[in-house]
Amino acid sequence: MQDKSIDVNYVADLARLELTPDECERFSEQLNKVIDFVKQLEKLETDSIEPMAHASPVFDIMRDDVNRPGFGSENALLNAPMANKNQFKVTRVVES
Amino acid sequence: MSTSLASLTIRQLQNDLKAGHISPVDIVSDVITSIENKDSEVGAYLSINTEDAIEQAQNADISKPLGGIPISIKDLINVEGQPCSCGSKFLKDSYISTYDATVIKKLKEAGAIPLGRVNMDEFAMGSSTENSGIQITKNPWDLKRIPGGSSGGSAASVANDTAIASLGSDTGGSIRQPASFCGTVGLKPSYGRVSRYGLVAFASSLDQIGPVTKTSEDAAIILNTIAGNDPLDSTSLDSEVPDYLQSLNGDIKGLKIGMPKEYFTEGINPEVLSCIHGGIKTLTELGAEIIDISLPHTEYAVSTYYIIATAEASANLARFDAVRYGNRTSDPTNIIEHYRKSRAQGFGEEVKRRIILGTYVLSSGYNDAYYVKAQKVRTMIRNDFKNAFENVDAIVSPTAPTPAFKIGEMSNDPLQMYLADIFTIAANLAGICGISTPCGVIEEDTGNKLPVGLQILGPALQETTILKISDAFEKATDWHKQRPSN
Repeated sequence: MQDKSIDVNYVADLARLELTPDECERFSEQLNKVIDFVKQLEKLETDSIEPMAHASPVFDIMRDDVNRPGFGSENALLNAPMANKNQFKVTRVVES
Repeated sequence: MSTSLASLTIRQLQNDLKAGHISPVDIVSDVITSIENKDSEVGAYLSINTEDAIEQAQNADISKPLGGIPISIKDLINVEGQPCSCGSKFLKDSYISTYDATVIKKLKEAGAIPLGRVNMDEFAMGSSTENSGIQITKNPWDLKRIPGGSSGGSAASVANDTAIASLGSDTGGSIRQPASFCGTVGLKPSYGRVSRYGLVAFASSLDQIGPVTKTSEDAAIILNTIAGNDPLDSTSLDSEVPDYLQSLNGDIKGLKIGMPKEYFTEGINPEVLSCIHGGIKTLTELGAEIIDISLPHTEYAVSTYYIIATAEASANLARFDAVRYGNRTSDPTNIIEHYRKSRAQGFGEEVKRRIILGTYVLSSGYNDAYYVKAQKVRTMIRNDFKNAFENVDAIVSPTAPTPAFKIGEMSNDPLQMYLADIFTIAANLAGICGISTPCGVIEEDTGNKLPVGLQILGPALQETTILKISDAFEKATDWHKQRPSN
């Protein structure tokens, strides 16, 4: 079995979360305890069991392919941290 | 001094409204006065839409099913024109809802008045409301204790008579556990029974909206309004909505109620256990047949839940990127720093912890070992209930293993806090319905009383059965009428 202790720094990077060294240390200790606990699931034989994503799955829910009222840019921009010319203003994405 | 209308039930208010003794403005005014007088020490409310609520009361149509009835709303359900901060600094003071959630649309169409936003654990992650990024909410029965969570503000507002009823959400017990800790009724409908459109998602395969009320009758009244299929939520079920009030005839003779042995083990506070046994005795006296059953995978429910719920949360909370809404960090140099710093500044500890755990269990190399494994065990847990419900109509247990704990008591030990959800989370994994109703009080050394809740679980879409049982229980007992003494 591979090492399953959690590399909090690496995972926080994947989740786009900046952590302080203090948070990193604390979360490592707390989450490794949680992970040790959830490893109890390994005891269960589950080879023949189907995984379940939903309690009451429903399939192929379609709607008529017709226009319906949408949000409109004015409404969509109401909570924008920064907006300009009727658009969201975003931090630079392309390197200069 | 006459009794504040804020202390009455929906049913009582409806009778008084129809008899012409009171008006919707009287009700809303009394609730607002009660909030002004009594909420400062409890801290259930984050904001109150006073003028708008009074205006709605002036125009209320009392011939409608909930005409003129104000309802407090957990701060993660969108009400157009009101804040929706989800108890998070990420959205605090910067987010005003631009639309109504489907449950709000239905409540308004039925004449109800959304009054106030009530506190919660940030993004519904927690069991004590201590994880709110905005304020602490205290238990009205003992101000040194937590109200439960994550719908702590909902339960505290109803228990403190600063709300007639409330809407909460339940992902792993977040309606039932605070209802138990605050001595109110809390109903988690079956998955898909109530539309989630406009509910800010925590774990999409587990979340359900439901009522927190003073009686099961009131819970049935609200469920009658909010249940049903919604084209805007493709997971909402297209099955008929019965009249939940009609089943409340007090007759539970011959109903078979299972007592799962795994829910009556060591680790339960002995005084809680004695209240639960008292409750079960009452059910027997009412004619129910109690049957010993087994739910063999109960011990795996907490692990399964914390893998699936955090995995789903890590994906759902990716939307909080401070581009379209939310508090953005100042002057980020590039987009990655923008995300990293905005999220770090906006999210509290528990939310960060769960995003990290959820990202980890979904990450390359670990997905099968944790996430897929948990999905398989989820199937086993669902099958446990399926098998049990072949022999019984409902299942009874404690809602929580303890009464409300002290503020700060568990906040440094996340695993201990997670284990407190042991009796409620399996219902969410299996998609079944559950209700908590008051079944006793424990007296503290200080003389303070703490309420205890009895949980009744039913098969998917059998809300009629559990409401009938809890209503019959309430008709035979007075526990739900007890109120905090402060």
